[in-house]
Amino acid sequence: MRRQPWNRRHLIERIMQIAMIGSLVIVALCLGAILWTIIVRGLPSLTWQMISQAPKGGFYMGKAGGVLNAILGSLYLATGATALAIVFALPIALYLQTYLATSGWAQLVRLALDVLWGIPSIVYGAFGFTLMIVLGVRASLLAGIIVLALVELPIMTRAMDEVIRRLPRDLAQAALALGSTKLEVALRVIIPQTLPGIVTAVLLAFGRGIGDAAAVLFTAGYTDRIPTSLMRPTASLPLAVFFQLGTPYPEVRERGYASALILTIIVLVVSFGSRWLAARLQRYTVK
Amino acid sequence: MAQNPIQSAATTRNQHVVAVSRQRTDTWVRHVFFVITILPIGLIAVVLIGLLYRSWPILSRYPFTDLLFGIDWKPSEGRFGFYSFIVGTVWVTVVGVGLAIPPCILVAIYLAEYAGARTRLLAKPILDVLAAIPPVVYGVWGLLAVVPLVETMIGPWSQRLLGFWGLFAVQQPTGFSVLAGGIVLAIMITPLIIAVVFEIFNTVPVDLRNASLAVGATRWETIRRVLLPQVMPGIIAAIVLGASRAFGETIAVLMVVGNIAQVPHSLFDAAYPLPALIANNYGDMMSIPLYDAALLCAALILLVIILLFNIMATIVLKRFVK
Repeated sequence: MRRQPWNRRHLIERIMQIAMIGSLVIVALCLGAILWTIIVRGLPSLTWQMISQAPKGGFYMGKAGGVLNAILGSLYLATGATALAIVFALPIALYLQTYLATSGWAQLVRLALDVLWGIPSIVYGAFGFTLMIVLGVRASLLAGIIVLALVELPIMTRAMDEVIRRLPRDLAQAALALGSTKLEVALRVIIPQTLPGIVTAVLLAFGRGIGDAAAVLFTAGYTDRIPTSLMRPTASLPLAVFFQLGTPYPEVRERGYASALILTIIVLVVSFGSRWLAARLQRYTVK
Repeated sequence: MAQNPIQSAATTRNQHVVAVSRQRTDTWVRHVFFVITILPIGLIAVVLIGLLYRSWPILSRYPFTDLLFGIDWKPSEGRFGFYSFIVGTVWVTVVGVGLAIPPCILVAIYLAEYAGARTRLLAKPILDVLAAIPPVVYGVWGLLAVVPLVETMIGPWSQRLLGFWGLFAVQQPTGFSVLAGGIVLAIMITPLIIAVVFEIFNTVPVDLRNASLAVGATRWETIRRVLLPQVMPGIIAAIVLGASRAFGETIAVLMVVGNIAQVPHSLFDAAYPLPALIANNYGDMMSIPLYDAALLCAALILLVIILLFNIMATIVLKRFVK
C-alpha cells in the first residue's frame, strides 16, 4: 500500500494528538509539583514531636509542642460525620434503587442530592453557625460533626446510588421471585453484593470530610487541648494548617507545612486504602 | 404418604403469620426510608429559608440593588455593598475556569477516544489524587509555589510584554492576585471537569464514530464534526459545574488571592471573593449591628447563584445519562 502524502488533515490530526498528550502531561506535572512542594517544604519540620504532642505554651510563637490535638480532632470529626452520614446515606441509596428506581420522585431526590453536593461547605458552615446561635449552642465537636455530615451526605449517597445502580438486576429479581420482600433483597442481596462499592463511597466521603476547613471553621471551634467530650470545641488539621500559616513566625509556618504534609498523607492513605480494601472485598461477592 | 391434615394446617398458618410479619416489617421500613429519602429536598429548603430569615434584617433595610451594586463596604458605618466581592468572585472563577477548560477537554477527549486501557489505568490515580487533595493543601501549595511564581516571573513578563493592556498590567506586584487564585482553582476543578466530559463522550454510540471513520474522516475530524456537536450541551454543563465549584471554594482561594476589598482591574490585582469574606469575618462580628445579617446575605447570594448553576447543569447532564 502506498503511504499517503502528508496533507493538512493529517497534520491537524497529529497536532491535536500532541496537544492532548501535552495536556495530560501538564495535569500530571501539576500533581507532581503539588506533592513535591508539600513534601519538600513539610518534611524538614515533620518530627515525632509534631505528631505525638499537643501544643505547649507558646507553641504559636515557635515553642515546643505538636499538632496531636488537630490530628485527633480531625479523625474524631471525620469519623463521627461519616458514621452519621452512613445512617442517612444507606437508606436513601437503597430506597432510591429498590423502591423508587427511576420514578419522578427518584429524579427529584437525585437532583436534590446533586444540588446539595454543589453547595459550598462555607455555606453549610455559616448556616450551621447561625442555627447554633438560634439554639444557643457553643462551637463543639458535636456541632462540627453534624455540619460535616451535611457536607458528606450527598457525596456518599450519590456514590452509593451509583454502585447499586450498576448491580445487575438478575440476582435481586431471583430473590424477589423466591418471595423475598424488597427489604430482604436490599439487606441480603444488594448490600453484600455492592459492599466494595459502598466501602469506597464511605471512604471517599471520609476523605472529603477530613480535609474540609470551611465547614468546621465556625462550628467546631479550635482548642489546643485534645478533645475529650462531644460538647467541647475541637481542633482540626486543615484549620491547624491555616492558623499556623497565619502567624508571622517562620518556625510556626514551617510546622504549618508539616501539618499540611500530615493531612496529605492521611488523605492519600484513605484514598489508596479504599481502593485496596474494595479489591479485597470484591472476592466475597457473587459474580 | 398421607399427611396429617391438622399438622399441615398449622404449618401453613405459621408460614402465613411469618409472611405477614415480614410484609409488615417491609412496609414499616419503607415508610421510614421514605421519610429519610425526602430529607435532602427538605434540607435545601431549610438552608435557603434559614439564610433568608437570618439575612432579612439587612434585606428589608436596604434595597436589594444597593446591596448588589453598592461599592462601599464599611460595616461600622452601616454601609454594606457587595459589588467588589461579587466581582472578585466572578473574576477568580472566570480565570480559573478559563485556564482549566482547554486542557481538561483535551485530556477528557484523549482518555475517551484515543487512550488505551493502560493509559487510562495510569491517568485514573492521577485524577483521583488531584480530587482527594484537601483545599487547604492546595492553598499551601498556592502560597509556596504559585504566588512567588506570579510575583517573580509571570508578573514582570506580563508587564514587559503586555503592560500596555490594563488586563495584564501589574499595579500590585505582591503575587497575591486574581491570577494566583485562578491557577489554584483551575487545578482544583480539573478532575471534576475531566470526569464529567469523559462520561459524556462515553455516552455517544460507537456507530457514529464508525460511520464517520468509514467515509475517510480522521479521528480528530470525527471528534470535531461528529462528536463535539453531539456532546456540546454536556460540555457546557460540565463547565458550569466546574464554575459553581470554583465559585464557592473558600480556603484555598482565601490564602492566595490577597483579600483586599476592591474591584480588580487586572489579573495581577488582589481580589476579595464572597466565600473569603464570610470565612474571614464571620464569628467575630457580633458587636456591629447588621454585620451578621450582611455576611449571611453574602452566603445567601452565593447559595442562590450556585443553586441556579447546579440545577441547570444537572438537568442538561440528565439528558445524556439515560
